[in-house]
Amino acid sequence: MEFFRIRKDIPFMRHALLLNAFSLLTFIAAVFFIWQKGLHLSIEFTGGTVMEITYPQTAPLDSIREQITKIGYTDTQIQNFGSSRDVIIRLPLLKDQAGQVIPSADQSAAVMKVLEASNSGAKLQRVEYVGPQVGKELAIDGLKALVFVVIGIMIYLSFRFEWKFAVAGILANLHDIIIILGFFAFFQWEFSLSVLAAILAVLGYSVNESVVIFDRIRETFRKQRKMDTKAVIDSAITGTISRTVITHGSTEMMVIAMLIFGGPSLFYFALALTIGILFGIYSSVFVAAAIAMWLGVKREDLIQGERKANDTTRPEDPNFGAQI
Amino acid sequence: MNRYPLWKYLVIAVALLIGFLYALPNIFGEAPAVQISAAKPTLKVDLTTQSRIENILTEGKIKNTGLFFERTGNIGSIKIRFENTDTQLQARDLINQKLNIDLKDPNYTVALNLLSNTPHWLSSINALPMPLGLDLRGGVYFLLQVDMQGAVQKKLTSLATDIRGQLRDKGLRHQGIERAGDVINIRFGSTAEADTARSVLIGPQAELEWQVEKSADGAKLVGRFKSAALKEVQENAVKQNIVTLNKRVNELAVKEPVIQQQGAERIVVQLPGVQDTARAKDIIGRTATLESRLADPVASSIGLNETPPPGTDVFRFGENRLGVFKKSVIFTGDRITDASAGFDQNQRPSVNISLDAAGGRVMQEITRENIGKPMGMILFEKGKGEVLTIATIQSEFGSKFQITGQPTTESANDLALLLRAGSLAAPMEIIEERTIGPSLGLENIEKGFKSLIYGFAAIAIFMTIYYMLFGFFSVIALAVNIVLLISLLSMLQATLTLPGIAAMALAIGMAIDSNVLINERIREELRNGVAPHTAIAVGFDKAWATILDSNITTLIAGLALLAFGSGPVKGFAVVHCLGILTSMFSAVFFARGVINFWYGRQKKLQAISIGQVWRPEGK
Repeated sequence: MEFFRIRKDIPFMRHALLLNAFSLLTFIAAVFFIWQKGLHLSIEFTGGTVMEITYPQTAPLDSIREQITKIGYTDTQIQNFGSSRDVIIRLPLLKDQAGQVIPSADQSAAVMKVLEASNSGAKLQRVEYVGPQVGKELAIDGLKALVFVVIGIMIYLSFRFEWKFAVAGILANLHDIIIILGFFAFFQWEFSLSVLAAILAVLGYSVNESVVIFDRIRETFRKQRKMDTKAVIDSAITGTISRTVITHGSTEMMVIAMLIFGGPSLFYFALALTIGILFGIYSSVFVAAAIAMWLGVKREDLIQGERKANDTTRPEDPNFGAQI
Repeated sequence: MNRYPLWKYLVIAVALLIGFLYALPNIFGEAPAVQISAAKPTLKVDLTTQSRIENILTEGKIKNTGLFFERTGNIGSIKIRFENTDTQLQARDLINQKLNIDLKDPNYTVALNLLSNTPHWLSSINALPMPLGLDLRGGVYFLLQVDMQGAVQKKLTSLATDIRGQLRDKGLRHQGIERAGDVINIRFGSTAEADTARSVLIGPQAELEWQVEKSADGAKLVGRFKSAALKEVQENAVKQNIVTLNKRVNELAVKEPVIQQQGAERIVVQLPGVQDTARAKDIIGRTATLESRLADPVASSIGLNETPPPGTDVFRFGENRLGVFKKSVIFTGDRITDASAGFDQNQRPSVNISLDAAGGRVMQEITRENIGKPMGMILFEKGKGEVLTIATIQSEFGSKFQITGQPTTESANDLALLLRAGSLAAPMEIIEERTIGPSLGLENIEKGFKSLIYGFAAIAIFMTIYYMLFGFFSVIALAVNIVLLISLLSMLQATLTLPGIAAMALAIGMAIDSNVLINERIREELRNGVAPHTAIAVGFDKAWATILDSNITTLIAGLALLAFGSGPVKGFAVVHCLGILTSMFSAVFFARGVINFWYGRQKKLQAISIGQVWRPEGK
């Protein structure tokens, strides 16, 4: 069985301008939603209390809401979680009159007390409390990790390739991240630490896709002396497309398994991965290579550099140093 | 050409053997067990307790399948594993009866527990199952922040008392000593006076840095903590709080509690299986108090069934004695500024105690009148008193004194800890809390593994259909990858959490990438008309650079998560990074080995089973 039976190079770059315009639009839309709606940050970042409560029957959301408001906790979020019998209650950081943060145990205990009083069989499954200071730290650490990954990958790419490819690769993949964040902002999905982990993991994963294509572009430049840049890129992408789709497809199979069977705790993690993987394919194929093209990648950029670095080897061999 | 030398096969065989051995304990599950720990701060569970318990069990003819002594910090516990729950319950009752004289006020907590069912030959080579995180088995997690400012101020206040005494001894007059934030200010009439005071204090108060500053009405001597001393104060505060917490948590009879320092001023407390957060918090946050009283001069301690003389209080003293004390209190625990183990002039172990000025004054009065009489220290927790020590007053003393009579340095150390642990060194605040119900934990395990298995199955089916035999080899390599990953994690004793399972799933999803690369490359070579053997060799060689690339970029992200992540993210990062490393071994080295083994022997290979290789017409 073989999915990809490609006779001629597919002219991926013919519509590069159009697709890049599309990318730019989604990018701007994503930035707009992040700016306008903001991310729905989990309490890991904002501080606060989350309680997961399970009922033997369908959870009476309205009466829960009423009871909690009665004990003076306002600005709470009460939602179903996973099934109609599970409820998740989010309490913001509450302060007493003296401006002191009320300890979480008191909060969750008070909530459980009123809920148990109504004899509905409510059972506490999980409590999570994050103080204001920890939340801030986690947010800062998250940003640090992101910066570390971006810089690390940039250094790696510029060491591995010429700067134009490094810039193109990192731009393409940052574009993916912004789009994932845009989805989370638009749908107001909860952005938690595990989503952040997923985003960073997928960043490292899909940069590799650009690396594969760039490698192939370099190889094609060496082999096909008569092709122009556009044709070289088309040929390189055509040569790698089968591998791109199959590897991402396999990874996505795993992620879909998590999405379906992983339950609510893994749902957003898997969702971030799914979006990341799908846009990773798209951006490696259409965005990264196209940016490199707009930046004016030339045969001389790649071949010259190689010769300088390896003076004693066989520069006359067109296949020298060839990789996938 | 596609043949491995023998040593490479040996490497694979050894890696597989070790991998399977260390991954194995994870499938055995848990067996019923009984855990014994001390219920009293003065009692210790040690090797003598162990032999005692062994005797109890042999006498009662109860068979066990393993007895383990464990120590965390300076607190020991004993776990005994049983074949079934019946013997477990029987053993619990028997040990409880024989070990505790008074069942209402037990000396030892004998609790039911679960222990890993790993066979002995596996645990003897240190092959243990991965411990499960709280999100997988339920429990309580607290992150506590120690108030360092409070610890430093407490220490400064006590130093100020000492300084006052030292200046008085030298006859130096000052216009007041006060603590202002993190510094001690001593006011003097003139700079000259301040200079003299500085030269006096610089020796005994080596923890502080002294500086003379001119002020409007004379001079000021300012004492600041040296950075090393400040660090020590803070370290001690955290350490002491950990000791106190350990002692309190022990009372909850939790299986495998974790109490660890995190960073400079934080403490993590994990209590698996505990559901009642309110109670856990109550116990953790409880303050114990220490009292010093004069003991009864006639009989400072009596047997459990004897009647104490009228007008006295009795408190538990050791395992089967009662201490008899007068009703009036000499000083309470908050007067103790320091207690440390050391040696007296005869090189006997001793505990050196410092009191603050007020405590010292009272102590001086009492000791002057009671030379030769016994006094004692009693630790109160939950309203119950527990005698720590009874000693005879040898001479009149003030704010600094020694207690001797401890048999070993270790016991002197324990007593010093207990004296200090009477109260927390510095106040603590809960800054993070997670409680996970046990049913939720089970559900998480089930869901995590379900997605792992279904995902793996989907990939396996696809790979085998698409790449035929080569796909099947890739699947074997993938399975080996999981085994190696699990065995590495078990060797490291990394805690398995839900994000960890997710990372495992993701590692598999990403590891297949390498095999797809190799297979695609081999197909491409075949398409170009290369002979099968050459195609395999070239395919592996050419794919290697790309595999390395892909793993490096993924590893960069993994390392960032490891460096900056905390809690659940860190668990994810560890598995993620290790998964990348094991996949390099399994997908390249191991998979090549299998293929070489299968095809390498055939000299004239006509075709290989890698699925259909489609060639465009005309080629």
